[in-house]
Amino acid sequence: MRSGVISLIAVLFGLLAGAVLMAVTGHSPITGYMYLFEGGLKSPERIGDTLATATPLIFTGLSVAFAFRTGLFNIGAAGQMLLGGFLASAVGLSLDLPKPLLLLVMIIAGFVGGALWAVVPGILKAKYNVHEVVSTIMMNWIAYWTVYYAVPAYFKGEFLETESKLLPEAATLNVPFLSEMFGGSYINLGLFLAVIAVIVFAFIINRTTLGYELKAVGLNRHSAEYAGIAVNRSIVLSMVIAGGLAGLGGVAQYAGNAANIQIGILPSQGFDGIAVALLGANTPVGVLLSALFFGLLYSGRGFMNAMTEIPPEIANSIIAIIIYFAATSILIERLVRWLIRRRSSGASARSSAERKVD
Amino acid sequence: MWTTIVQIMPYAIVFTIPLLITALGALFSERSGIVNIGLEGLMVVGAFAGAFVIFKFQELWPHNVAALWLGLLAAMLVGVLFSLLHAFASINLSANQIISGTAINMIAGAITVFLARNMTGSGNIRITSGFSRYDVPLFSEIPIIGKLLFTGTYDTTWLILLIVAVSTIVLYKTPFGLRLRACGEHPHAAEAAGINVKKMRYMGVMISGAFAGLGGAIIIVTFAGEFTGSVSGLGFLALASLIFGQWKPLGILAATLFFGFASTVANVSQVIPSLAVFPPVILKVFPYVVTLLALIVFSKSSRAPQAAGEPFDSGKR
Repeated sequence: MRSGVISLIAVLFGLLAGAVLMAVTGHSPITGYMYLFEGGLKSPERIGDTLATATPLIFTGLSVAFAFRTGLFNIGAAGQMLLGGFLASAVGLSLDLPKPLLLLVMIIAGFVGGALWAVVPGILKAKYNVHEVVSTIMMNWIAYWTVYYAVPAYFKGEFLETESKLLPEAATLNVPFLSEMFGGSYINLGLFLAVIAVIVFAFIINRTTLGYELKAVGLNRHSAEYAGIAVNRSIVLSMVIAGGLAGLGGVAQYAGNAANIQIGILPSQGFDGIAVALLGANTPVGVLLSALFFGLLYSGRGFMNAMTEIPPEIANSIIAIIIYFAATSILIERLVRWLIRRRSSGASARSSAERKVD
Repeated sequence: MWTTIVQIMPYAIVFTIPLLITALGALFSERSGIVNIGLEGLMVVGAFAGAFVIFKFQELWPHNVAALWLGLLAAMLVGVLFSLLHAFASINLSANQIISGTAINMIAGAITVFLARNMTGSGNIRITSGFSRYDVPLFSEIPIIGKLLFTGTYDTTWLILLIVAVSTIVLYKTPFGLRLRACGEHPHAAEAAGINVKKMRYMGVMISGAFAGLGGAIIIVTFAGEFTGSVSGLGFLALASLIFGQWKPLGILAATLFFGFASTVANVSQVIPSLAVFPPVILKVFPYVVTLLALIVFSKSSRAPQAAGEPFDSGKR
């Protein structure tokens, strides 16, 4: 509850700062925001696109949040997502199976790819106490170069050197009934997968022994160890699940929102996942809501850019500023406390004044 | 083999310099007790400020090298200003330093491109000319090392090496350096000895901001020539160099040189026959894999400043 209020205030400050940025660079913030939100919401198609844009963010947000619950900072969601997406695409391009079965295998492959990329930092942390921030960053670049050379070597696209072949219809998460329902949007089954992931996340963290142990390790590693929890195992397991979630994000991105995988780029959703998790206070529902909000900003910015002169990076700027305010939440807490005190002292002053009149 | 090394070395040094200065700045920050993961972002703002100022001045006075120096100066100033965001969050508000640093990276990457797009449309800022390379007279004639170290150099290379030497002396031979390091090891003891821990930590972060900004701008005036909205992970590589170099100036010099050399080898491997036998992917991931291995090796004897990353609470014992 308290963190919800703080997140809302951080969002408010972020939007205000975005307005200032627009005004300083000579644009009208009101028209800017009007087109930004219209671009994300004004037709069923745009709403569908917004939901689809949010889908990978839900996964990477869950990934970062899950690791955070165990006290781990997973900066490597981008690499895990890329590798998961790559493995899933490789399966989708190589196997010839009926669609439901193929999608299932791809989803498993995506999870495994992400988990594989996260288990290395997990083991390094558990066994050698190597800080996961540095090791996940290194893993990001290893993923980047692995995919950079593997895609042209094995799955080269027909027209461009920099992307893989298009996935066959049976290997994409797109289904006709969803796109028709949303007026031709690229919304796909990834969204349902994401909602399931949110529910599973909530179940594991709140209702199982495993979740309890992971949280205990995150709150205090030493007391958890003293209580008999296998700390090292928890750390590795937490990274595996976090990586798997990010890998699923790769499936949603490369086999849902897109139909092939591009090289030479680390998916920005991996880093945005940090923002999503922070704003969502590392809770499953919070992650869902903040991913939807960021998805709205990202999907509306193209329309805003077409209708005004405002560069689309305004969306990234707003998100980044929100995160700074979320990081400095103590400032907001002080502000809220000060407001409440002023309010109550004002009220008591008033009531004492009333008493005098009596 | 030797001719290959001689061919590559000047380029490797050019690539090393921005890494070196950024990692050196991070050394000041971490030695004072503040982990600065926002190096990438600070480099980006430095690159942006440098490119912008140089672009403007080169319109006024074409072919004047002063524009480049002014750009470097502006990059340092903007780097300091930007690092204050991190300093304020992590010193005054006791925020999580990793989250704050991540926010710095995100803000820098977004706002610089936003501003650049308002100016140029494409979001890229191209400067008309950077520093030119030259062979150092006399020194480049020295057998063996002359060819390796003194050919095809930039002025900025010598400037940064000078800064490294001065920084080492400041850090280990002056009262300021001793106080700064004390704040990163035992801030409470430092405070009891009358040192203003918050002030020292502000100094550390601001030096880091200045050096990272300078590093970002050096990329523009030497091998890039254009601001494109990112420094492609060099800031994170600088952070890895700091750990790889075990928080010591000479260690950092060696670590960044390793990264510079390995990256250059990977970049040019296709045009040099003796290197083309390796699959390029191996050469590309080599530095990162070695870093992971080095982290394992150093894990037992890590010399990380003890209080780095922990907010300082004067009342806590």
